[in-house]
Amino acid sequence: MLKIDRSHVDAMIAHARADHPDEACGVIVGPAGSDDPVRLIQMINADRSPTFFRFDPSEQLKLYREMDDADEEIIVIYHSHTATEAYPSRTDISYAAEPQAHYFLVSTAESGADEGPVELRSFRIVDGVVTEEDFEIRE
Amino acid sequence: MAVEVRIPTILRTFTGGEKAVQGDGSTLLQVIDDVEARHPGLKDRLVEANGLRRFVNVYVNDEDVRFTGGLGAPTADGDVVVVLPAVAGG
Repeated sequence: MLKIDRSHVDAMIAHARADHPDEACGVIVGPAGSDDPVRLIQMINADRSPTFFRFDPSEQLKLYREMDDADEEIIVIYHSHTATEAYPSRTDISYAAEPQAHYFLVSTAESGADEGPVELRSFRIVDGVVTEEDFEIRE
Repeated sequence: MAVEVRIPTILRTFTGGEKAVQGDGSTLLQVIDDVEARHPGLKDRLVEANGLRRFVNVYVNDEDVRFTGGLGAPTADGDVVVVLPAVAGG
């Protein structure tokens, strides 16, 4: 089960609202093997699209370098859906390539860029198989 | 000396868990072929008929090879090749 700080959840929601109607994306990294998300990094959606996201390859390399130096890994990959539910799309599943990561989805479909209800769900995606998981917010 | 190839987590099943392997070659394709000889199956995850797969980003010494010749990108002893799966979705 994913354990995640309230501040990180709030930051993901704020990021998703700020980029609505385009999809927002980012990561929370932590010590390798810890399953503990410590440091949130907003990533650029290179596609700036309401239906697709892709990390900018040069920004992703910079992130990789930082993590390699600090012996960190990606613990959470988050992105938003802006018109559909917070469930992995076929595209999400086909691209999912971080078996150790929690895939966290934020849907802004109901309230858009405004304050209001958002849907938050967390998944594992391994070998094309999606498994929803509970998550615990740490206050 | 050789070229060091950094392997992402999802492809370490092909390298016995190793995070990095060594390869020889003067182009990225030659290095991949050399690594493939010892770690069969890896190449198919990186290369398709028309070149590098869309799902992976490959860098030689921090340069994205899509801008430096793709599979023909030059490599030399001491270079570092980093393979990163694209993080993307819909």
